[in-house]
Amino acid sequence: MIPAGTIQGVLGENGAGKSTLMKILSGFFFADSGEVVLDGKPVIIHSPADAIKHGIGMLHQDPLDFPPLRLIDNFILGCEGGLFPDRKAAERDFRQLAEKFDFSLDPESYVDTLTVGERQQLEILRLLWLGARVLILDEPTTGISLPQKEKLFATLKILASQGMTIIFVSHKLEDVEALCSSAAVLRQGKLIGVTTPPFDTKKLVEMMFGKVVTFGGRTSTKPGKSILRLTKISLEDARLQIKDVSIDVRAGEVIGLAGMEGSGQAIFLESCAGLTRPVNGKVGIGEHDLTGATHHAFKKQGVAYLPAARLEQGLVPGLSLTDHFVLSEKMKGVFINREQAVKLADERIKFYNIKGTPVSPVESLSGGNQQRALLATLRTPLNLILVEHPTRGLDIESTMYIWSKLKERCGQGTAIVFISADLDEVLQYSDRVVVFFAGRVSLPLNAEKLSVEKLGRLIGGKSWENFEQEAANA
Amino acid sequence: MRNSRWFNLIIQVSAVVMALLFTTLVLIATKAPPFEAYKNIIIGSIGSWGKFSDVLITWVPLLLVTAGLLITFTTGLWNIGIEGQITLGAIFTTWMMRSLLDSGWNPALIITLSILAGMLGGALWAALVGALKTFGGVNEIFGGLGLNFVATALNIWLIFGPWKRPGVASMSGTVPFPDTLWLPMIQGSRLSLYAVAMAVVAIVVVYFMLQGTYFGLRLKAVGKNTNAAFLLGIPTWQYSMISFALCGVFAGLAGAVQVTTVYHRLIPSISSGYGFMGLMVAMLINYQALWAAPVALFFAALNIGSIQLPVVLKMDSTLAGVLQGTLVLFVLLADGVRQKLIKKA
Amino acid sequence: MNFDTLLISLAGVLTAAAPILIAVIGETISERAGVINLSMNGTILLAAMGGFAAAFFTQNIVLGFLAGMLIGALVSLVVAFASITLKQSQVAVGFILALLCRDLSYFLGNPIMGETAPRLSSSPIPFLSSIPILGPLFFKQDVMTYLSFILVGAAWVFIFRTRPGLMLQGIGERPAAAFVRGANVNRLRYFYTILGGALIGLAGPIYSLSVKAGWKGTISGLDGLGWIALSITIFGGWNPIRAAFGAYLFALLQWLGLVLQPLLPGLPSQVLQVAPFPLMILTLLFVNIGNAEWVEHTLAGMPEPTRRAFTRILRAMRATPPAALGVPFEAE
Repeated sequence: MIPAGTIQGVLGENGAGKSTLMKILSGFFFADSGEVVLDGKPVIIHSPADAIKHGIGMLHQDPLDFPPLRLIDNFILGCEGGLFPDRKAAERDFRQLAEKFDFSLDPESYVDTLTVGERQQLEILRLLWLGARVLILDEPTTGISLPQKEKLFATLKILASQGMTIIFVSHKLEDVEALCSSAAVLRQGKLIGVTTPPFDTKKLVEMMFGKVVTFGGRTSTKPGKSILRLTKISLEDARLQIKDVSIDVRAGEVIGLAGMEGSGQAIFLESCAGLTRPVNGKVGIGEHDLTGATHHAFKKQGVAYLPAARLEQGLVPGLSLTDHFVLSEKMKGVFINREQAVKLADERIKFYNIKGTPVSPVESLSGGNQQRALLATLRTPLNLILVEHPTRGLDIESTMYIWSKLKERCGQGTAIVFISADLDEVLQYSDRVVVFFAGRVSLPLNAEKLSVEKLGRLIGGKSWENFEQEAANA
Repeated sequence: MRNSRWFNLIIQVSAVVMALLFTTLVLIATKAPPFEAYKNIIIGSIGSWGKFSDVLITWVPLLLVTAGLLITFTTGLWNIGIEGQITLGAIFTTWMMRSLLDSGWNPALIITLSILAGMLGGALWAALVGALKTFGGVNEIFGGLGLNFVATALNIWLIFGPWKRPGVASMSGTVPFPDTLWLPMIQGSRLSLYAVAMAVVAIVVVYFMLQGTYFGLRLKAVGKNTNAAFLLGIPTWQYSMISFALCGVFAGLAGAVQVTTVYHRLIPSISSGYGFMGLMVAMLINYQALWAAPVALFFAALNIGSIQLPVVLKMDSTLAGVLQGTLVLFVLLADGVRQKLIKKA
Repeated sequence: MNFDTLLISLAGVLTAAAPILIAVIGETISERAGVINLSMNGTILLAAMGGFAAAFFTQNIVLGFLAGMLIGALVSLVVAFASITLKQSQVAVGFILALLCRDLSYFLGNPIMGETAPRLSSSPIPFLSSIPILGPLFFKQDVMTYLSFILVGAAWVFIFRTRPGLMLQGIGERPAAAFVRGANVNRLRYFYTILGGALIGLAGPIYSLSVKAGWKGTISGLDGLGWIALSITIFGGWNPIRAAFGAYLFALLQWLGLVLQPLLPGLPSQVLQVAPFPLMILTLLFVNIGNAEWVEHTLAGMPEPTRRAFTRILRAMRATPPAALGVPFEAE
């Protein structure tokens, strides 16, 4: 129940259901049950275009625009009218709207030269122009600069005061607390609660992440020699920048990378694997400086990287489990030794408890088993395992089983760096935790002494004083 | 679907039937007797030993080309440039032969070296397509297409220019090589058992390479998911290049065969469309090496069998091409329908 | 040669370029929508034969052109169906049709080889054709050549200046975004593929009823033109005006090849004939070099100011195809 003229915040961690809910509102999905009521009347929204006709406009996290076209073309595209769009009128409207919100956008420039923040501004203008009365913003402050964020907030406040209804979906506590007149928290597809200002951060975090389930004793291996050493590396991609991060990962250690998706952990992990080249700084494996080396050079030094998108990036659809294991090992000879291959497959299937046969094509396995198959492609021994979301899609038991196998490797001296959206997993299995927020990287924190609440705050962007790498380096 | 084997079979058989129906309709549209036409094709291809040996002569380069294409298809590449690779193979072979013509060396040695040169020529031309793709980001379809035409131009220039016959340059190609430099043939025909052996060995090698070696498995991985293959440790761009080069070797060999056994000289249309035909065969057999030889033989038979159609029935010999194209098209469409039906289930 | 003869020859170049130009615009439209129609070579041949046959049997030249367009539309319908609905590879289907339609054209055209059909005659525009220089060049052409002139401008205006044209760009660049803005992506793709196909088909009868009148089977000299048109489409960067430049350049080079042949016996005629292809490859190299992995890798290793400068240069060079070209669209 959202009154007009307000900004409604929607909070939740990854997978809580925020995106799905918004997609239903904006016409991408049909709800299985329940109804959407607009202005007191129930409505059925057939498509995104239908949604905008009802006045509901959605600003996606990656704005759905057309990069090679000019701003004014993006603006006009899709609106109704005759054969020849009245560009002059559209441009006039564009400039008027842009001025109103103090956006400095040049209608003749091309969208692919814009920053994410500017693309957002363009999309907001467009939705307003088309008559949106409800504006849904999905993680709008990911990847925009501080001044742009301030401008955005000012814009939203103006819009709200003019009667527009705004739904602000985010994981960033500070933003929601600063902007919204009400905050709803979703977790695992359910509405946990709605609070109003003044906001209690502790309560919000508790609602978002729930209570910690203790898994019993944490095991820790005594760290050995340095395996991975990052010295003041800077990383850059289309959306964010990471500056001057250093870390020393030692044998047997487990480092958990926490943070909402898109905060920088992915590119960070890639740089540890040589899949992304840092624009500054040095990457060292053992005693070797591998800055700028190819991923295969890293592999030679005993580094393995497991991506999150199993079927799209990590496994080969069409090949069997045996094929994968054979490919992951350095097999001798030219011709495939079938016996050896099947033996290898049987071993791995048993070891990782994969529900499949040596000849099963990987795409026929369930998601959880695909994850196990992916893990099963790891060689032994390894110096460093880098894994994105190691237990995504697995139930508790499987998670514990996988981690027991991984911890065994730690006992043999392998270091592990992993990304996870599950705070419990991060706290339970890491020795140290590094938190990412919008490209900011925290100093490695001792996992034992880290509470869920603290971790949640950091992930939500709060309490970063004293923890940030850059601050420490300055 | 439970009866997926049955289902697949029905779909494929219906594709063949539709293809035949379509072609028959085409025949009727030209007021031509369909059954006469089919009968003639059959007689024209296996009716006599002479005809059948012609079929085999056509079969050899087609099978070689198909074998090579299976490699690039496995790696996920569309080697449309195959025609140019055959041509370059022929050019290199001719060049080597011309160079060694008066050397007095053992003819067997000359022929062998020339054939090897042909393989090199095809490999180089294919590697060029690969390099354009890997280092220049040029899609291999357009790179290959462009290089096909460049190869043809090069060929014609050589035939009418530096390598032309004394006197007047002629469309019938360069000066024929003396028969000592012909690959030995069966008495009374133009068929060389050496050529047949090369083609058979080629497809067998490719079959085992793709099915039974680690290299073949890696190629498959690169073709099906380049990203995953890379993470698994396979040097993907190198494998792409090797794949092109290997296909070029087979294409070059086909060109060499054309020069040393069939024409004994370089002619303007030395590649004779075998490259594109090979692409069709490869598509039809769904890139499985097992069926390459029989299907290629079938296509070759169609080609030879329809040669006399203009004479006997006053219809164009491109009926073979119509049959081949229709078959591949309907099999492709049928496969699409099958996938759609499976999704719905 | 004197000036008048030169003018007439150049006018001839414009006439010869007309069918290729129309075909290239057709393919540009289709590819802008995201569907590549590789069957061009076969379609043009089949349409040339079919158009000629229609004109021959009905002795009506208009029906000949219409027949060509219809054939082009039908072939592209197969391409559209196979790739949009059945989600098969556009390259595979297009390539097969290129070969099949070519053979069909020879086979079906066999009975009418060597026949004569109505020919398209010149239709000089009164008054305009008397203008010195421009007159003989542009206004003493036949209807189809006039059409090609108009089509370049019309296509450009349509794609870049009209509302539906913007949407056309949209469905080829980012179908998901077009979908959000109300486009029925797949239906539009069908439409534009077929429209493009009809234009490609129109090129056929322009040859067999005008530029290279008659149907002579395998020696018609039309085989290969479709591949050339495909290359020019790429060279044209999916822009009708640049495509026109490419088409006219090609026709000019062909003409130069004929003219210079007796004058420069040392220069192989093949060089000019195949010129479009190395040009296309070089163009592709130039515009795609930024995508190559080694370039990205090297860029990351450069110091910041150099990197930014190079990125800007590469971006200016880029002429990327519609981002969603060849990619089937599925509304989630």
